[in-house]
Amino acid sequence: MELRAKLALLADAAKYDASCASSGSEKRDSTQGGLGSTEGMGICHAYAPDGRCISLLKLLLTNACIFDCAYCINRATSNIRRARFTVDEVVRLTLAFYRRNYIEGLFLSSGIIRSADYTMEQLIRVARTLREQHGFLGYIHLKTIPDAAPELLAEAGRWADRLSINVELPQVASLRELAPEKDLPGIHDAMGELSTHIAEAREARQTARRAAPPRFAPAGQSTQMIIGADNSTDGQILGTSDGLYKQFKLRRVYYSAYSPIPEASAALPPQPPPLLREHRLYQADWLLRFYDFTTEEILSGGEDGMLDLEADPKLAWALKHRDDFPLDLNKAPREALLRVPGLGARNVNRILEARRHSRVKLADLARLRVPLRKVAPFLVAPDHRPPPGQIDATGLRQKLLNPSAFAAAQPAQLSLAL
Amino acid sequence: MPGEAPDLFAGDAPPAAEPAGEPTALVVPRDFLELAELAIRHSDAERFALLYSLLWDGRRDPGLLRNPAEARMVRLHAMARAVRRDAHKMHAFVRFREIDTPDGERSVAWFEPEHHIVEAEAGFFQRRFAALRWSILTPRRCAHWDGEAVTFTASARRADAPAADAAEDLWRTYFASIFNPARLKPDAMRAEMPKKYWKNLPEARIIPALMQGAEARMRAMLGQEPRAPARRQKAGRDPAA
Ligand code: SF4
Repeated sequence: MELRAKLALLADAAKYDASCASSGSEKRDSTQGGLGSTEGMGICHAYAPDGRCISLLKLLLTNACIFDCAYCINRATSNIRRARFTVDEVVRLTLAFYRRNYIEGLFLSSGIIRSADYTMEQLIRVARTLREQHGFLGYIHLKTIPDAAPELLAEAGRWADRLSINVELPQVASLRELAPEKDLPGIHDAMGELSTHIAEAREARQTARRAAPPRFAPAGQSTQMIIGADNSTDGQILGTSDGLYKQFKLRRVYYSAYSPIPEASAALPPQPPPLLREHRLYQADWLLRFYDFTTEEILSGGEDGMLDLEADPKLAWALKHRDDFPLDLNKAPREALLRVPGLGARNVNRILEARRHSRVKLADLARLRVPLRKVAPFLVAPDHRPPPGQIDATGLRQKLLNPSAFAAAQPAQLSLAL
Repeated sequence: MPGEAPDLFAGDAPPAAEPAGEPTALVVPRDFLELAELAIRHSDAERFALLYSLLWDGRRDPGLLRNPAEARMVRLHAMARAVRRDAHKMHAFVRFREIDTPDGERSVAWFEPEHHIVEAEAGFFQRRFAALRWSILTPRRCAHWDGEAVTFTASARRADAPAADAAEDLWRTYFASIFNPARLKPDAMRAEMPKKYWKNLPEARIIPALMQGAEARMRAMLGQEPRAPARRQKAGRDPAA
């Protein structure tokens, strides 16, 4: 098959992996030789019409697979055209794209061919060739085959910036049903092994005096869960994420809304989940990692273990904890401000900084581009006091969810207060 | 020009003619210097006046230069943000085209920055592409790297840059294949990749066809024939084995 046809096929098959991150690795550059750099910040070199960032050349080495995961287009029984890149083809594509500044690096995954070890060896060979023969210093993310031998996992970490193993489904039962060849304890073992290597390498780097010790996946490991292919609740999904973050120090859990595939297995729902569900899970994941929310707190904003689809999870939580509000913008501690709907971490920091110099007004927040209508019911400021009873009003939720209705009512109240 | 900023505003050189009794030492927080250094690259002609007025008032109210909520400071932050964004977009959207020259291969890009960022950002490309020989041509300044040092020349025209590159067709193929037509979100795309950049992005010209799902048109643009219907393959066979 011609190179371009392979590229079309094997990029298409790779797009179900949501991750395209190229951030958070070590700093390196080519001023002492080699090609490329990583400066910590990820770069999106393009955006596709689906709104997603294109940072890496994301490919499958092959879309052939001996496994038969029901949700996957590459599964053994799927009637699709198969193709396979040679190691050299992937290397050449990566270098050609990198030199032209199209990409930050490579994200290479693969269907399982022959055996876990054989597949892992092929992936490693691409990374090793890039690093050793071409002095490639750009970002490399390798998919890790959990059953591969420990030496292979160890070598993968030497060449890659990031490694990932997808847990795919949040419940053991659904994994057993939909991906019978995959084995959750085995996945956890491999994640544990990676996390030990990553921690050791990091510690060695920090204590090393002279020669830099061997690197191991300096951008850490991540995973992905498919949303809506089984009957897991958001609570089960977030609980799984929380456990993985704590147990294996994952950098990221990605959520990928299941999209029906051609010739889908009968075990799968015919309808995709609403894309909004995926979005709410990302928001909830964010609250988990950066806003000191617990899974239980986040879920208390929804019903029956599901997040509120209409309201973002922070707003949903606040609407169910109205007794905690309104807060004094000039007195509330950082942790409390972080829980105000509409206030992001960066603006909270700015508010704390501004508070050291003068009393902060609601009008100041407008200049920081805070959505005033959203925060106003939850805050007291020198120029603003929410009308008595507003926070407890049954209509508040509707007003906040429907900004246009709110816009009609709000300005009079705001100008009165100012 | 950005390199001059710290001297201009450093605390040890107060203006000579200070009226008696006025505070003389100009103490400027480090964060403010960083902010000023960014803002000074902004294309807004008022940037100097804004900085001057802040520094002037900052003499008597040093807190001013640290207050992110004060109106002028908000404006300065906005300028710095715009410059940072422009720099980030330059790192992202510069597209090199490779040409043969008498001295070997050269990578040449045409880019249109909004602000005066070419000098400041050339280092990024030097660190990344030290092994290549490259030129980034822009309507403001041009940067060149020959393996020794970055040099700058006056503005260039788009016609000075090469018109195409052999890898662009493959790149468009990738762009078309990695996108998921089931989840069209053109607004999110345009927010991050504003249309003003499209004319210099080789992949952008297939976006309209991708959005209309006009496969035939897209294939024509990619110079690709429609694929033959898939042949049934034995499950799980390694195609290259
Ligand atoms: S192992 Fe991976 S590629 Fe193979 S069928 Fe399962 S999910 Fe798809």
